[in-house]
Amino acid sequence: MTGSPREATPREMTARELARWSWRQLTSMRTALILLLLLAIAAVPGSLIPQENLDSVKVSNWQDAHTTLTPIYRRLGLFDVYGAPWFAAIYVLLMVSLIGCIIPRLFVYWRGLRAQPPAAPRNLLRMPAATSYETAESVEEVVARANAVLGRKRYRLRRESAAGEVAAEKGYLREAGNLLFHCAVIIVLVGFAVGSLFGYKGGVIVLVGDQYGFSNELTQYDDFAPGSLFKPDQLNWFDLHIHDFHVDWLTSGPRQGMAKGFKSEVQYEDGPSSPSKSYDLAVNHPLDIGGTEVFLIGHGYAPVVTIRDGKGDIVASGPRVFLPENQSFLSFGVIKPAAGNISAQGLFYPAEVTLGGVPQNITGDIGDKSAAMLSLQVWKGDNGMQDSEQSVYTLDTSRMTKVNDTGGRAFNLRVGQTAKLPDGLGTITFDDVVRWNKLQISQTPFKHVALGGVSLALLGLMGSLFIRPRRVWVRARETAGGTLVEVAVLDRSGNDEVDAVVSGLVAQLQGREVEEMS
Amino acid sequence: MSTHAYELLSNRAVATAAVVYFLALLSHLVEWSALIGRRRADVEERELVGAGAPAVEARGLETPDEDRSERVAMFGRLGYLLTCIAALAHLTAVVSRGLAAGRVPWGNMYEFTVTGTCIVAVAYVALYRRLKLSWMAPAVVAFVMVFLMVGVLALYAPVEPLTEALNSYWLVIHVFAASLATGAFTLGGIASIIYLIKRRYPDADSGWMSRVPSLASLDRTAYRIHAFGFVLWTFAVLITGPIWAHQAWGSYWNWDPKEVWAFITWVVYAGYLHARATAGWKGRNAAILAIVGLATLWFNFIGINYFSTTSAHSYASVPSHAPAIVDGPAAGGTVTA
Ligand code: HEM
Repeated sequence: MTGSPREATPREMTARELARWSWRQLTSMRTALILLLLLAIAAVPGSLIPQENLDSVKVSNWQDAHTTLTPIYRRLGLFDVYGAPWFAAIYVLLMVSLIGCIIPRLFVYWRGLRAQPPAAPRNLLRMPAATSYETAESVEEVVARANAVLGRKRYRLRRESAAGEVAAEKGYLREAGNLLFHCAVIIVLVGFAVGSLFGYKGGVIVLVGDQYGFSNELTQYDDFAPGSLFKPDQLNWFDLHIHDFHVDWLTSGPRQGMAKGFKSEVQYEDGPSSPSKSYDLAVNHPLDIGGTEVFLIGHGYAPVVTIRDGKGDIVASGPRVFLPENQSFLSFGVIKPAAGNISAQGLFYPAEVTLGGVPQNITGDIGDKSAAMLSLQVWKGDNGMQDSEQSVYTLDTSRMTKVNDTGGRAFNLRVGQTAKLPDGLGTITFDDVVRWNKLQISQTPFKHVALGGVSLALLGLMGSLFIRPRRVWVRARETAGGTLVEVAVLDRSGNDEVDAVVSGLVAQLQGREVEEMS
Repeated sequence: MSTHAYELLSNRAVATAAVVYFLALLSHLVEWSALIGRRRADVEERELVGAGAPAVEARGLETPDEDRSERVAMFGRLGYLLTCIAALAHLTAVVSRGLAAGRVPWGNMYEFTVTGTCIVAVAYVALYRRLKLSWMAPAVVAFVMVFLMVGVLALYAPVEPLTEALNSYWLVIHVFAASLATGAFTLGGIASIIYLIKRRYPDADSGWMSRVPSLASLDRTAYRIHAFGFVLWTFAVLITGPIWAHQAWGSYWNWDPKEVWAFITWVVYAGYLHARATAGWKGRNAAILAIVGLATLWFNFIGINYFSTTSAHSYASVPSHAPAIVDGPAAGGTVTA
């Protein structure tokens, strides 16, 4: 579609011609190819530069480390490549090109479908794959056998052929498959786009225990990423809590002490007056509540800590979510009460042994909690809780001073123990440990459209790639010595071993049964 | 047999396979070197006989080349036979690895490498006659051997159970299809590379190139293998991949680096298929695109782990790296209030 017959320069064209010319360029095979390659190249940076949607912490670390590049990259949208306008431009152009390409082909196909296989060309032996042989059979016998052989192979036969001629065609479904594939690509993209426009994805940490829980309201989410057309009233009503949680620990092998699998016993109500239902929530086993899906994607420990001030009044009490640092669940966390002037941060060891004076965590399995240890650094002063917008997982110690125990070490506590802070500051008690689950909750409308589209695409692709469209002609003519038979095959996809097809066909016409070539 | 015994058997079988591949390679090299200086016609004649086509009348008896030709044929057959044996040992290694782990043997990079190369070898052995691949022998055997060695020397990891996210039958289907596609693309890529070499020496009269089929036939063979691979890749990356990701991580498509590169590979191969039907892109450019596709595929498999650590596909992480999100704990790391 390149060597367009009109090689006029755009300057000499009317606006109409220019539009036609541009449309033809855009829908040419070459443009489609170049757009595909551009799409591939455009996708690369997103895999090398940290992406906002994937890991925002990593993005901000990267930005802190590259202060000169950051503004440029930000301008170019390189921290959100797959949402960037230039990325969208490429695939929108590709879609337009695709639509422009398949609509005319649909018409052509429709007409071709109802047409008869074309009559034999005048000179069969000039076809690229052709041969001839002499036989003693009559013309009628040859034609009858050709019809039978081709019919058995499900060729469509031309009805009004000239005497002594057979014209046949098969493999129409190849083009159908190809068209189906290209249409399905559009369906997938539309499904995908609509899903991300109307859907959302949120995360929340829920403590394990009947007294804790989650209600599906915006304010309850820890993080929430809506599509641009999401409306809060899409959130359906449900309440859930995690009744119990089981971890299957690896007790041997190089990954000893890590979690192999985990499962939560969830109880939920999907309406204000519905009865409570239970569900075993596990990785690879999400819960679907009225189109909203709940996934268990992580877990950890939350030490229960009580801080009392010098007068013995409680300033903070309750579970604090600690985040695992490694696979054996050595976890880090922060306790910063809004009241009082004592804060703490430190490590939680689910199962600690002291080796050479250094605490070591040996497994994530907390067992009967007797080896669990909380190792805290305590700080005194303004913890900045009054400022808005700060992470609950870090402690800004810039306006604080450190409180040391007698040896200058951290305060190490077992469950039930209380540390007395120096100078009558107060006490810290490690009451207990509970577990938490990280849940991801999301809606992906139209997901079945996208998935169905991909399946159709695969079906079409198989037709397009594996079906061999070809035309076959046989012409028999009486000669002095008997009958001369000419056979020609035209491969319409250009990927066939046509010579083998010709010789196989001749063998069958001659009554020799040979092993079928494709 | 105990888990440990199976693991040992697997390791021994891998070592055996590597040694036998090496012998097969040597045999093909001898075959090659005997070809140097041989006239193309002689070689083709022998080829036809060997391929079971109607026997062609041998011209003249006892030419001086006769026993050299015999030698070429013998070492060719020996090489193929050795490759079959090696592939069998290789398959044994994969299966016993699976038995040792009590799951499908593709939980980490080592296993993926051993399985992937095994599939290349088995596909080659199986298609050898149908697609008449004898001309491909040295390249395929060398490739399989080198990657198997890299796997053993650089990526080896003892048997471990899978972490939860990987413990799904979707993983079995997904990774199996992806491995199979990787094997097919690799064979197809080798065919395309040979196509490009052949283009430079189109009328080579002697040596290895004289045995390679015509350009048109090479291009067709490459296309058929790629087409097969593309269908599998589409199935693995765009159907089973998203379904599995959705179950494990709660979202179909994340633009995670592994996914990005799988997508890039897909788009490049779609480009290859288009190029074969586009004026000015047929032949050479299409073959180059196929090789680019193969490069992106292997980069995704090996390279991306070194460039990016955000990938959630932890089964592919290098042994020394701490696997990420899948296990759950690290997922907390993304939580900020
Ligand atoms: C989203 C973008 C596209 C993708 C992923 C895609 C994919 C494919 C694939 C995989 C094939 C191979 C089938 C075969 O070889 O028979 C193919 C063939 C084809 N595509 Fe596309 N395509 C895209 C866009 C387009 C566009 C925009 C056009 C219009 C120019 C187009 C026209 C064709 C044609 C004419 C064929 C048949 C080639 C042949 O006869 O072998 N495609 N496409």
